Amino acid sequence: MTDMTTASPAAVARNAGSLLEHGDRTRNRHASERRFRILGLIAVGFGILALVGLLTSILVNGVSSFRQTYVTLDVQLDEAKLDKTGNRNTEELRKVTTFVYAPLIEKALAQFIEERGIAVEGLTKKDVSGIISKEAPASLRSVVLADPSKIGGTVSFDVLTDGRIDGYYKGRVTMASAELDRNVSPAQLKLADALKDAGALNTRFNWDFLTAPDASDTRPEAAGLGVAILGSAYMMLIVLALSLPIGVAASIYLEEFAPSNRITDTIEVNIANLAAVPSIVFGILGLAVFINYAGLPQSAPVVGGLVLMLMTLPTIIIATRAALKAVPPSIREAALGIGASKMQTIFHHVLPLAAPGILTGTIIGLAQALGETAPLLLIGMVAFVREYPSAPPEGFFDPASALPVQVYNWTQRGDPAFVERASGAIIVLLIFLVIMNGLAILLRRRFERRW
Amino acid sequence: MLPTKTTAALLAGAFALTSGVAEARDQIQIAGSSTVLPYASIVAEAFGENFDFPTPVVESGGSGAGRKKLCEGVGENTIDIANSSSRIKQSDIDLCASNGVTDIQEVRIGYDGIVFASDINGSQFAFTPADWHAALAAKVVKDGQLVDNPYKMWNEIRADLPAQEIIAFIPGTKHGTREVFDEKVIEAGCEANGTLEALVAANGGDEKAAGKACIALRTDGVSVDIDGDYTETLARIDANKNGIGVFGLSFYQNNTDKLHVATMNGVVPSVESIASGEYPVSRPLFFYVKNAHLDVIPGMQEYVEFFVSDEMAGPDGPLAAYGLVSDPELAKTQEMVKNRTPMGPMN
Repeated sequence: MTDMTTASPAAVARNAGSLLEHGDRTRNRHASERRFRILGLIAVGFGILALVGLLTSILVNGVSSFRQTYVTLDVQLDEAKLDKTGNRNTEELRKVTTFVYAPLIEKALAQFIEERGIAVEGLTKKDVSGIISKEAPASLRSVVLADPSKIGGTVSFDVLTDGRIDGYYKGRVTMASAELDRNVSPAQLKLADALKDAGALNTRFNWDFLTAPDASDTRPEAAGLGVAILGSAYMMLIVLALSLPIGVAASIYLEEFAPSNRITDTIEVNIANLAAVPSIVFGILGLAVFINYAGLPQSAPVVGGLVLMLMTLPTIIIATRAALKAVPPSIREAALGIGASKMQTIFHHVLPLAAPGILTGTIIGLAQALGETAPLLLIGMVAFVREYPSAPPEGFFDPASALPVQVYNWTQRGDPAFVERASGAIIVLLIFLVIMNGLAILLRRRFERRW
Repeated sequence: MLPTKTTAALLAGAFALTSGVAEARDQIQIAGSSTVLPYASIVAEAFGENFDFPTPVVESGGSGAGRKKLCEGVGENTIDIANSSSRIKQSDIDLCASNGVTDIQEVRIGYDGIVFASDINGSQFAFTPADWHAALAAKVVKDGQLVDNPYKMWNEIRADLPAQEIIAFIPGTKHGTREVFDEKVIEAGCEANGTLEALVAANGGDEKAAGKACIALRTDGVSVDIDGDYTETLARIDANKNGIGVFGLSFYQNNTDKLHVATMNGVVPSVESIASGEYPVSRPLFFYVKNAHLDVIPGMQEYVEFFVSDEMAGPDGPLAAYGLVSDPELAKTQEMVKNRTPMGPMN
């Protein structure tokens, strides 16, 4: 305070003027602060804009994949065609192919059109059968094989419509585009409208999108995520079961037991480096080690899980070490002070306190692994897989797909209906990621302790 | 070091797991061309539905990569069938032989047309291979002189083409389609518009060097290589309405509401015009079967026979409906597949 009274003339000049009025320098500082804030706001705004843009484009394209158009038909299961011998022998029934079932459905549709007196100009016989999905005979066949006693009777059966007809009710196909499209004609769309008026055609929620397997390029309407979701789940199980114990054990050793010397330092640096290695490198490693050397099967979740585990390990180790470090030394000292061994100290006191941090790191690592495609490319999981893998542990060795792989596959298909499917798959993947990250946040909020 | 330590632990774990469930693979594994993939998946789906065998697993990844995988060896962790949009090469056969894969069947499933298409709202094009060479080649003959490609607009090449900026989206060099494009369009055009002759003269009579110079494309951004799939080409045309893209016939047939197809030598590409040989730009599609696996993998013989059956690959089958041009010699292929006749030496 005494300095103030004896301030040099220069200092007096600088502080001249009222306290309520800002000097030039103060104004400059405030202006630069305002500029920085505006820049920050712009950056945040840009980020939000990009996110909103991305989400809307995915939602606009993809939400419709959760709904699907069906025609309800009374199909006569003609015994003369399906079971010539009449003894309902499953072996013989299995020999009857979908080529026999297709005409039954076409007949049922033609009959319905005739009964209701639906007349559409320029409609050929091929047009009529063309509005039904090529998947329909296969689903009818599996219904019959599941219950052969239905043969000879009539079943009410919900038949998928062709992807173009479905697209018509989702706004993807219009009368104008049907004019130019060689896969659908305006007459077919009019027929679909007539069926809708007659109450036989409806668009409703499509569980099959979540449970059905992939379908070939000619049947986008039947493609689903069942195999991909199972495959991803199996891989996540393997990643969790292997990387959590290995990662935690490695971190405890490095953090609590390892002598601090050159070797430990090298290991630490390498773990940090490993976290930055491009994921495709792990795929190459997986192909060389797990498939070519260890002889594990291709396209199997076990190999995918092992590869993704290698990728997740560094993330888990780094998070676990940070969590262990955050436990104050006083806890360790107190435990050691009353005679606990080092092992007891760690497992009874330090680890439980670090658990929320470890779990958060693990979940974030898993979420990362869930969205990974590149390493799976090399181990044969980017494939057309229609068979569900069986229950674990055998199922780990069966071929399967994965969610991000399904997105990648569908974006490459020629039929525009797959764009909708791919966006739908992205939505499902995002939902899983949000759930996992939400869980991580919840764990942190509920259990994390601050010292 | 930690990485090695975990790998070792892992391997031990992996071996422990496999020994428990070491059972024979029961589904067919297929890999290869992304052009053949849709056809293979249509057949695989129908096969899984109608036979008591599981649906085969079909991977894509490119013709060359698929053949290489086929040649990795014999055994359950190698693939059974390689799809390919170009013929197998002598180098592949040598690689196969060195890994003990000797008997390979070559199965031709049909033909695939390559079409040129532009935005549906743009102008109509009637091309000849010579137009394409003049549009895309690095060196062309103009006024009797061999010069760097000067053309910017289609009507500068031929007055009756539309006055539209030249911009072409062609398959990248890793695609089998590019080979066909180079050979049947650019090379043919090179010969037709007299550039080949000028190049032979410029190279002092070296025809091989001249042929190579023929398919050298300009690098000033007029010709754009697309390394992705046809969906990417379609997106590029959507963004640049002047663009003309190279597509497979089946892809075009699925997107006729967005694309205009151009004629080549006055012929509209269609399953019929390709089958008759009128439309010049087409190629055969193949798959290669590892005979050593035929009796090991259940259902493999049935799958191969089902693929080339009239029900599937015939002119009225689902493959033809999707855009495959049915092979007129299909009966011969069916016979060959039944007898498991391996392919002879390359000529």
